[in-house]
This record gives sequence, C-alpha cells and structure tokens, in this order.
Amino acid sequence: MARDTSGLGTARAVGFIAPALLLIGVFLVFPALWTIYIGLTDYTLTGTASIAPSFIGVDNFLNALDDALFGNALWLTLVFVMGSAVIGQNLLGFTLAWLLRSARPTVRRVVEGLVLLSWILPSVVVAYLWIAVLDRDGGTLNALLGTSGTAWLVEYPMAALIIFNTWRGTAFSMMLYSSALAAVPPSQLETARTVGASGWQTVRDVVFPHIRGHVLTNTLLISLWTANDFTPFLLTAGGPNHESETLPIFIYQQAIASGELGYSAAISFLLLVVNLVVALVYLLLLRKRS
Amino acid sequence: MTPRQVLRRTVYIVFIAVVLAFFAVPLLWLASAPFDSDPGLGLRWPDWTLDNWRITFEHPYALGSLLNSIVLCAVATIVTTALGTLAAYALSRVRIPGRDALLYLLLLLSSVVTGTAAMVPIFVMMFQLGLINSQYATGLVIAGGMLPAAIFILKDFIDSVPRSYEESARVFGASPTQVLLHVVLPIARPGIATILVWAFVQAWGNFLLPFLLLRDVEAQPAAVLLRTLRDEGGSANLTVIPVFSLLYAIPVVALYLFVSKRYGFRFHGGIKA
Repeated sequence: MARDTSGLGTARAVGFIAPALLLIGVFLVFPALWTIYIGLTDYTLTGTASIAPSFIGVDNFLNALDDALFGNALWLTLVFVMGSAVIGQNLLGFTLAWLLRSARPTVRRVVEGLVLLSWILPSVVVAYLWIAVLDRDGGTLNALLGTSGTAWLVEYPMAALIIFNTWRGTAFSMMLYSSALAAVPPSQLETARTVGASGWQTVRDVVFPHIRGHVLTNTLLISLWTANDFTPFLLTAGGPNHESETLPIFIYQQAIASGELGYSAAISFLLLVVNLVVALVYLLLLRKRS
Repeated sequence: MTPRQVLRRTVYIVFIAVVLAFFAVPLLWLASAPFDSDPGLGLRWPDWTLDNWRITFEHPYALGSLLNSIVLCAVATIVTTALGTLAAYALSRVRIPGRDALLYLLLLLSSVVTGTAAMVPIFVMMFQLGLINSQYATGLVIAGGMLPAAIFILKDFIDSVPRSYEESARVFGASPTQVLLHVVLPIARPGIATILVWAFVQAWGNFLLPFLLLRDVEAQPAAVLLRTLRDEGGSANLTVIPVFSLLYAIPVVALYLFVSKRYGFRFHGGIKA
C-alpha cells in the first residue's frame, strides 16, 4: 500500500480527488454547516427579513419547543419509523427471508421479484399506485374489502402511510436477512430440527444469536431512511390538517409554503443531529465487527 | 402428513398468497390502466385501447419532461461516475494523509446529509446564486449527494484490481494517465457499470431536489411533471397519468431486469444498488 505502484504521485492523486471533494464540499458539507447559521437568523423567503435577515440566536429553537405543530411532526415521525421500519419492514423482511429459504425456486423468484420491484420504482409512481389502491371512489382496497366510500388516506392517514412504507421498503430488510441467514451454520439448524424445536424456538435460540449484528445494522439504516423519507408528501402532503405531517414534510411546509427559512433551518439542523447520532452508532458497530 | 403438518403447510401457503397479493395488487394498476379506454383508479381488466398513449404524446409537456429527465440524469450520472472513479482510484493507490478518516467521513456524510435535512440551505443557496430552474446546477447538486457513496463503492472495486498489471504497464513506459485509461478502467468496468446504473436510477427517481429547484414547468423532469398532473385543477388527469407513469418507470425496470439477470442483486456497504 505504501508503494506508489501506479506512479500516480501525491500531487496528481490530490488533483484526481479534488473535483469530487469540491462538489461534495459545496453541495453537502457547506449546506450542512450553513443550516446552523440560517437557523440562528429570522431569514424568510419574502418580506423585509428576506433582504436583511437579523441574527436572533437560539430563538428559533426555543420557538420550536413551544410549537405544537413541531411536537406533532416529531411524534408522527416516531410513529412512522416505529410502525413502518422497526416493526413493519423488519418483521416482514425477516419473515420473507426465513420462509423463502425453503420455498420452491419459482415461488421464491416471483415473491422476491415483486418485493424488489416495489422498492426500485420511482417514488412518484408508487405514490400514484397507492393513491389508486386507497382511493375513496373505486379504489381497489374498497372493492376488495367491500368498504365502499372509505377514504383511507383521509380517515387513516398514518396507518395508510405505515402500510405503504412497509410495502415500499421491505426489499432491503429481506435481502439483508437473506444474506445473513446464509451464514447460519446448517448443522445447528439440523440439530434444532432433530430435537424437535418449533420454528419460533429455532429462530430465537439458534438463528437470532448469529444475526444479532445484522438486525441492529438493518434497524438503524431503515430507521434513518424512513425518518428522512419525503415520499409521504406525495401521498398525503401532510394532511388532512397536519395528521400525517412527518418532519421532512413539516420542514418543507415551513420553508417553502410558509417561507420561514430561519425556523425551518433550525428544525433541519435538529434532524441532521439525530441523523448524525444514528450514523455514528452505525459506524461504531461496523468498526467493532470488522 | 400429520394434521399438524397439514395445518402448517396451509398457514404457509396462505401467508405467501397474502404477501404476493399485497405486493402485486398495487403494481397491477400500472399494467392495466394505461391500456384502458376508461381508466379509473380501480383495478379491472382493461377495455384495450392505445388512445391514452396518443393523448399522452400530445400533452404539451410530457415528452419534454422525459427529455429533461434524461438531461438531468446524464449530468448527475456522468459527473458522479467520472469524478467518483478518479477520486476512488487516487484514494486506492496513493497513501494520502488522513485517507481512512476521509473515507469514513464521506460515508458518514452521505447518510447524514440527506436531501430532506439539507433542503433549506440548498434551496437558499441556489436561490441566491440565481440557479433556480437550471437543470445543470440541479444535476450537480444531485451528483454531490451521490458522490460519497459512489467513491466508497468504487474504491472497493478498484482495491481488488491487481497492482501487478499497473506495474507492468509502468515498466513498459506507460504514463499514469495511460495506465488509468487502458489498464485500470477496463478491469474496474463491472464496478463502474454498477455505479452508472445505481446513479442513474437514483437520479431518475429523485423527486425532492428537482421539485425544489426547478420551478418552471419547461425545465421540470418527469418526476415533477407526473406529480403536477394531479394538481392541475384539483383532480387527477387519469388519461395521462397511467401511461406517463409507465413510460417514466420503464427505464428503471429495464435496468433492474438487466442487472438482476446479469449480476444478481448484491450489497455494497448497505447501499442499494
């Protein structure tokens, strides 16, 4: 590693890295840092404070504590992450990975194909697919359940979003657990079967100890993605009456719709800090395992 | 089979059937509605017609927005792949002080600074620079977000290219640029192809950044136009939406089929590829 076998030379190497770092610096590092500054001002999209914003210190953060809508967004984000990622995607992903091991190749291919397809399609398209399923008049779900006239996205917005996001993101957990399960020694599974352990006992006592690290990794990653997911905006736009306004949507509404750039930057900064904590825990775990 | 086994088997079959229905039902609409003479939101066997396609092609912005998507994606994908490969190669081959820390920092950044968490500063920055409605600038913003992950994955690939090839090329007097172009790139091709596909799919599906930064309908990519088709006049344009959704989804599905057939789906440090 120490020898420069390709004859690149440090100067040229730095030249190779510089353009990428420049873009990352301008569009990733700088915005992250600038959020802190904007969050300390009363900057707005229009009006006098848009021309000459003044420094107001931590007022935005104090205001957030008093803002019932912010508390609401925080709570809904938590519900969304717990329901659709920690429980929904995790459980369905694991169950599918576990059951499909012994399934017929055709069944396995079809199920995996459909699950993956729901994951790779563009978010605007899947949003329409689910609007069609959940629509009040003539939606497929109402036709199937015979509950004609139920506007699922209006009456049960969070439940609908949780089901939607479980559908949308299960593929990742399924694939991660599939590869994790391949590392469980078959001899131990065989032993469990000969002593007559039930499926649940096998999972708990034989499989789980082997994949504990994967469970943690998976949960952290999907929680991070779910908390930052903007797709709910495409389904409910936060409504009705803020009932499904998760943090990303709240930030968008404050920044673009209301023009409160300073305030929304302060909220973004809080989201960044939460992301940072989750990502640091993840990296520490990765390091510990390798 | 004992009754217990029969029961287990039945539960298993029912579960798989329910899962299949859960994942398939929403997708079926994409196959039926575009060809239905009276497309609704419900699922039904279509009354076959291609009229919707003609009407979609006549929509003033439909084809233009697909073209915009291609421009946006091309900028983001090419910049990500080219700059990512250069950086990954240099990081793989030359010991630069603080390299490992830099790589970890990059990985951290790519997951922490998401489009959602950074939308306010990015919007303000582009607004102040007068770059709202610039497709190239939006492409660069998207590329900036994808580069850390791209560098991380590409470095993994390039690390596995044997150095002896480069050494022999050097012995025969090749310049470093020639080594990169004629030795490293051809061998690292699977990795570069992975990044090309990954970046394209990411950029093609990206909604939030174009939605924020491209306010003019003439400049909007398919993702944003598809969304606005619903807002026009409050009700959804059900003739155009299904066809356009399908048109817009086809490149992604085609790439997915190609990749899964050729390489199978694999994991690279927890990043979807």
